[in-house]
Amino acid sequence: MERVPVLKIGDILLVSIQVDMSDQTAVTLQEDLAERIVATGCHGVIIDITALDIVDSFVGRMLSTIASISRVLDAETVVVGMRPAVAITLVELGLSLNGIRTALNVERGMELIAAARADEWVLTDGDEDAETTATT
Amino acid sequence: MALSAEESGRLARLLSEHADRLTQRWTERVGASLRGRLSQAEFARQVQELHRSMIDATRNGLTELSAEQGGELRAVLAELSRGRARQGFTATETAISVFAVKDVLLELMEESPDAGTLRDFVAFSALIDQMGLFTFESFVRTRESLIADQAEQLLELSTPVVKIWEGVVAVPLVGTLDSARAQVVMERLLQTLVDTGSPYAIIDITGVPAVDTQVAQHILKTVVAARLMGADCIISGIRPQIAQTIVALGIEFGDIATKASLADALRHVLRLTGVDSARRHQRRES
Amino acid sequence: MTAGVDLGAPQIQAIRSDDDVVRVRQLVRTVAVAAKLSLVDQTKLVTAASELARNTLIYGGGGSAEVASVDDGRRRGVRIVFADSGPGIPDLDLALTDGYTTGGGLGLGLSGARRLVDDFDVVTAVGEGTRITITKWSR
Repeated sequence: MERVPVLKIGDILLVSIQVDMSDQTAVTLQEDLAERIVATGCHGVIIDITALDIVDSFVGRMLSTIASISRVLDAETVVVGMRPAVAITLVELGLSLNGIRTALNVERGMELIAAARADEWVLTDGDEDAETTATT
Repeated sequence: MALSAEESGRLARLLSEHADRLTQRWTERVGASLRGRLSQAEFARQVQELHRSMIDATRNGLTELSAEQGGELRAVLAELSRGRARQGFTATETAISVFAVKDVLLELMEESPDAGTLRDFVAFSALIDQMGLFTFESFVRTRESLIADQAEQLLELSTPVVKIWEGVVAVPLVGTLDSARAQVVMERLLQTLVDTGSPYAIIDITGVPAVDTQVAQHILKTVVAARLMGADCIISGIRPQIAQTIVALGIEFGDIATKASLADALRHVLRLTGVDSARRHQRRES
Repeated sequence: MTAGVDLGAPQIQAIRSDDDVVRVRQLVRTVAVAAKLSLVDQTKLVTAASELARNTLIYGGGGSAEVASVDDGRRRGVRIVFADSGPGIPDLDLALTDGYTTGGGLGLGLSGARRLVDDFDVVTAVGEGTRITITKWSR
């Protein structure tokens, strides 16, 4: 069975799905990722699906589950690179991918994670900073 | 069967015996109705070609236009109708070009009438009727394909997606949106988001005269699909009547941002991105 | 004829394992490309096929998918027949409802697949099996 590689780049885990995954491969990826988040202490996960020509309900559910698991493990998940045809199909299928953050490409995904982490920083970082953001 | 093999042979003889006079009279009769939109020389050439292929076909014992011997003749007729349709002639004008030969044949046959003349003329007429109908059908087919081509070109023309700011694209929709066009717009917009890496899209419907449930659905689906890809859509230019329709139809726009004008929508987007960068900027300083 | 794809004869792919579901997707994609479906239509059809192939495997206990290129005189299309001899579907209306599932999925397989194709037909009998025929036409 094929395995999807999980790369660590700085504080982020990058998963670039390049193959037409069987359901078993998807489940394995889900498990691998949970382990890697804990092992590396990363706070961000980017799943790049640029190469996927379809996302069906099984893969959609896997993405939602990964997002939920990583949230429990204090990591932010962003799904990036969804193709237009895939997005149109998902809408028709009725799959809304609730709770998943998305971005157009890896770069934007990284910005999104950085912004989310920074927001948390501000909130937990004493009153002074929190006040300055509130006034903007 | 339009005519028997013997009648076909007699038609061939009639056509070839008086070849010059026949084509000349034929050209004259039709030339008047074409009113200079087609040069005399060009039409004369078409008549000669038609005349020649009629002779060839009838010499081979043509009994029915759809028969095998009629292949060449059908090709010439189809070519003629295609040309006329593209040049903007009406179906009637095109059919007359063929039917005119009837009058000419009648003139010729009246010069030396005998017992079989009437019967022959009826048979020849039947064949010419078939030719006329075939012309008409080819004409309609050509027109239909012209219309389909134009509809496609219009679709291409009428759905521009433009980048109006760094990270912001806009689609100004103009005219009636049907399902097919809405689909094209949707696909094109989403693809542009990917190509330009823009996280914001403005769909401006100032130029859309009416919105029905189906069109509203298409717009909503586009917005949801864009969100799945990681981009936000803002709808601008909703006119009062359209707002009323949307509410009357019970269409839920939910948390989709709507703005009165394209300018408002752009300001809204810039404020969103502006606040973001300002905040980040501030944090870096502290 | 395109290499590997005989447009005349339908191609049959057995559905016995996870990997067969992937093979069904690939076969459907190849035939859809040959039938000149638009990119969006290809994606919709392959997604529907993926859902139904998985249903055949999980609920039908395995079966087959028959993929054929079709022509109705005006347009071309792709027709897929999923057949299994599993337990059948006792309440078809319920099974076609969004969110209904007996297998722990999202309950979008059958209902979602129906929305993604042009023609959708189910023949099922309890204890005998299920046969689902879907068709997608070029626009």
